[in-house]
Amino acid sequence: MAATTATTATTATVKPVKPTKPHKSRADSMLPPMTPKLAVGLTIVIVIAAFAIFVPFFVDDPNKVSDVGLTGPSAEHWLGTTQTGQDVFAQLAYACRGSLFIGLTVGVLAVALSSFFGILGAYVGGATDEAFSLLSNVMLVIPGLPLMIVIASYMPNKSSVLVAGVLALTSWAGPSRVLRGFTMSVRSRDYVLAARVAGEKPWRILFVEIFPNLIPLLASQAMSAIIAAILGEAGLSYLGLGATDSYTWGTMLYYAQNGMALILGAWWWFIPPGLCIALFGAALALINFSVDEIVNPKLKAATRSQIKQWKLEEKAGKARSDAAHAATPALAKVTKVTAKEAVA
Amino acid sequence: MKYVLRKLGFYAIALWAALTLNFFLPRIMPGNPVDQLISKLAQKGQVTPATRHAIELMLGSDSSVPLWRQYLNYFGNILRGDLGVSVTYFPNSVTSVIGSTLPWTVGLVGISTIIAFLIGTLLGTIAGWKRGSWIDNLIPVTTLLQSIPYFWLALILLYFFGLKNPIFPLFGGYDVWSVTPGWNLAFIGSLIKYGTLPAITIVLSSVGGWMLGMRNMMVATLSEDYILTAEAKGLSRGRIMTSYAARNAILPSISGFAISLGFVVAGSIVAESVFSYPGIGFALLTAVQNNDYALMQGIFMIITVSVLGANLFMDLIYGFIDPRTRAQG
Repeated sequence: MAATTATTATTATVKPVKPTKPHKSRADSMLPPMTPKLAVGLTIVIVIAAFAIFVPFFVDDPNKVSDVGLTGPSAEHWLGTTQTGQDVFAQLAYACRGSLFIGLTVGVLAVALSSFFGILGAYVGGATDEAFSLLSNVMLVIPGLPLMIVIASYMPNKSSVLVAGVLALTSWAGPSRVLRGFTMSVRSRDYVLAARVAGEKPWRILFVEIFPNLIPLLASQAMSAIIAAILGEAGLSYLGLGATDSYTWGTMLYYAQNGMALILGAWWWFIPPGLCIALFGAALALINFSVDEIVNPKLKAATRSQIKQWKLEEKAGKARSDAAHAATPALAKVTKVTAKEAVA
Repeated sequence: MKYVLRKLGFYAIALWAALTLNFFLPRIMPGNPVDQLISKLAQKGQVTPATRHAIELMLGSDSSVPLWRQYLNYFGNILRGDLGVSVTYFPNSVTSVIGSTLPWTVGLVGISTIIAFLIGTLLGTIAGWKRGSWIDNLIPVTTLLQSIPYFWLALILLYFFGLKNPIFPLFGGYDVWSVTPGWNLAFIGSLIKYGTLPAITIVLSSVGGWMLGMRNMMVATLSEDYILTAEAKGLSRGRIMTSYAARNAILPSISGFAISLGFVVAGSIVAESVFSYPGIGFALLTAVQNNDYALMQGIFMIITVSVLGANLFMDLIYGFIDPRTRAQG
């Protein structure tokens, strides 16, 4: 890889004006092309992240109670108030922060755990691999949410970090298995064997030859882990088993449920947090689609022009086969049947 | 045969690991369940050492018995089907609580899972077959549905169809006041009425996954050579779609389906809590709220066993469904 960058660098300095097609560097080919899906996803994620980072500085204390309980949205309280007169908008801002924090922490932890067990196991092989894959297979078949509920119920006071730890502990196994399979296939490719024969050090082979191939997969897994974590946290918190030290989207829903928001028709209390989760999750999924298309180009959605092309080919093909069948009357019957079926 | 033994061995290890986890979790956690129960009791009055000992015995965490002995007793009790006594539903045993709540969950979640699988697979097949069509463009919509926390979806549905337009009841499994459980029309009608909203929630939130999986497999299968061959033979489009592409593409979905049937017992814990549906998930939550550790452990065990069982079943029959994997093994 170092060699290629060097050559591109020299070509660039020698012939700086030559208008050839832009060279795609390695980093470029790792980035997904900017599609509408990706743009929408990124925009939503950035808006929600900005909301989570900056807005809490400008809103009131989310715990501050006032005497205007359970009122709908107004100029003073943009998203109305809770039963005890707390400002829902302020709570939402803090909840965004809390949920994103947990999501990111779990994303990082889960990716770290899954790469450790998946990549290292597959690379080292032998007994280590056996042990690691047994562990991840066992973790995979033990149902996650009930386990989380059982663990969480034993801990009376939970910090966000602790909840994130529990979520990460129950979510690394699946990705780890995928990573293991992928690493196995990369490991046996010719250029890795060549590097080994050339006497490269094992850690260098692992980090320079194998690891870069896994980056899109890891990115996609990190995003899935974040979605799963935010949903999982929301579920746990909704059941009253979530973090006790901060607001999250889930705890908001929990308080809303406890405050009978549904029965009292206080939609402004329970709709915003769920909507945030849905939007954020969908946005990450949209980004994930784009990343997936790098990992697996076959999944690429067909563009309009491509479809047109196919249709043309199809027509051409049919015309050709019709002509062929016409030439051989024995097969004409078959064509008729096909045509009928095609119409149906 | 060697394969079967290997699989059996693996699931035996997994089961042992889960049960061991189940045993040690309450013992390594900072908050001792006995202490927690006693602190709850202490709010209501004096707690004597005798009470403490009684609670320890009840929870099976008698501190005078060595740990290894407790561990052996724990396995012995499981083998005898004795999971202890539930505190919440006292004096019912954990086994009987599980027995009475399980049918609710299996009925509700099982039927919804089957419906979601059928709809999702059908839509996925068409979406994969007609890439770029409107049905394929449904995929992002179903992704959005999937990112919606399903208990929130349940809340929204309840708000609109239970509260604003009272078509469906707000909670429960059947009309407790006017209907007697049994094989009569009134009860079954009531079951359907009470189960519709929870079922819709589960179907809506899980159909997208089936659809996406099937669509992606269809796309992958359609680029296989035998599809080209089938087209070259002049087979009808419908035949290629159903018996050539979909039939092969559905294999991973079938294995996913079998495994998700195992998760049926795990149920939709949170959805059951929203609808106060009298299933096993709701029982688990009640157990958690009441520090009913015996019931909690029992339910966790049942869920784990059913998930493991479904996985094992799938592993064993997958070779028959997809002979290609047999050849590789």
